[in-house]
Amino acid sequence: MTLNEPMVYLTRKAEFSASHYYHNPDFTPEENRRIFGKCNNPNGHGHNYVLEVTVKGEVDPRSGFVVDLKQLKEILRREVLEAYDHRFLNKELPEFLHRIPTTENLAIAVWERLVETFEMARLHRVRIYETPDLFVDFYGEP
Amino acid sequence: MKAYLTRRYRFSASHRLHSEDMSEEQNEATYGKCNNPYGHGHNYALEVTISGQVDEKTGMICNLIDLDGFVQREIIERFDVQNLNMLSDFTGAVPTTEKLCTVIHDILHRGFKFAHLEKVRIEETMMNSFEYAGGEEPRK
Repeated sequence: MTLNEPMVYLTRKAEFSASHYYHNPDFTPEENRRIFGKCNNPNGHGHNYVLEVTVKGEVDPRSGFVVDLKQLKEILRREVLEAYDHRFLNKELPEFLHRIPTTENLAIAVWERLVETFEMARLHRVRIYETPDLFVDFYGEP
Repeated sequence: MKAYLTRRYRFSASHRLHSEDMSEEQNEATYGKCNNPYGHGHNYALEVTISGQVDEKTGMICNLIDLDGFVQREIIERFDVQNLNMLSDFTGAVPTTEKLCTVIHDILHRGFKFAHLEKVRIEETMMNSFEYAGGEEPRK
């Protein structure tokens, strides 16, 4: 049977806590302070991040799943939480050695960590809440 | 790379839903409790979504200081703790949250030049919300 199955979107949440600061070594100290404000404090500050990963796919007629949630949960744990939870993002993550760990760049980095890992479903969106009042969505668009 | 940033703000305001184009009975039938001549209020939550390329030098679509400053100056100060029916934005219009969405979208679309305005979403209560993307289909 090759009849099209319905396309369904599935979202899984995860939480991690991490610290960061915003600083561009190409800027002068004054520029860094003006552009990044309080976030430029080199000692860092932290957030409780909430990650939402949305995958999409056709419902598998045998399992009734778009994706095996156990596998998705394990992938998020292995690829993201193990790396980011309780870390100083600027100092401990290779992707942020030369990229400022803003919420925008975090969403892109999580996408890059996940995009090749799914077998059944395709990654649709990565959403990261830095606080309940600020979040960024990334869809893999250039 | 293109990303979408959403910022959430809060303001409180009162309104009365009443249309001059309807009879008293029609207003009562259409708006129910919301037609109470003394008005009533809500704690609105406003979400503004902007999009654009993430600047390699700053890691940002636009500086949050600019977005927060604009929204505080042009939107929160205009609507917070006000009676919407009394504002010129709603002259000849009923200040429904649909209308409020389009009014706020217009203010941002006209005045905010640091990033592309993607959409405006307003929660009137925890139970209902409204979105306006300038006539486009909102990105999900």
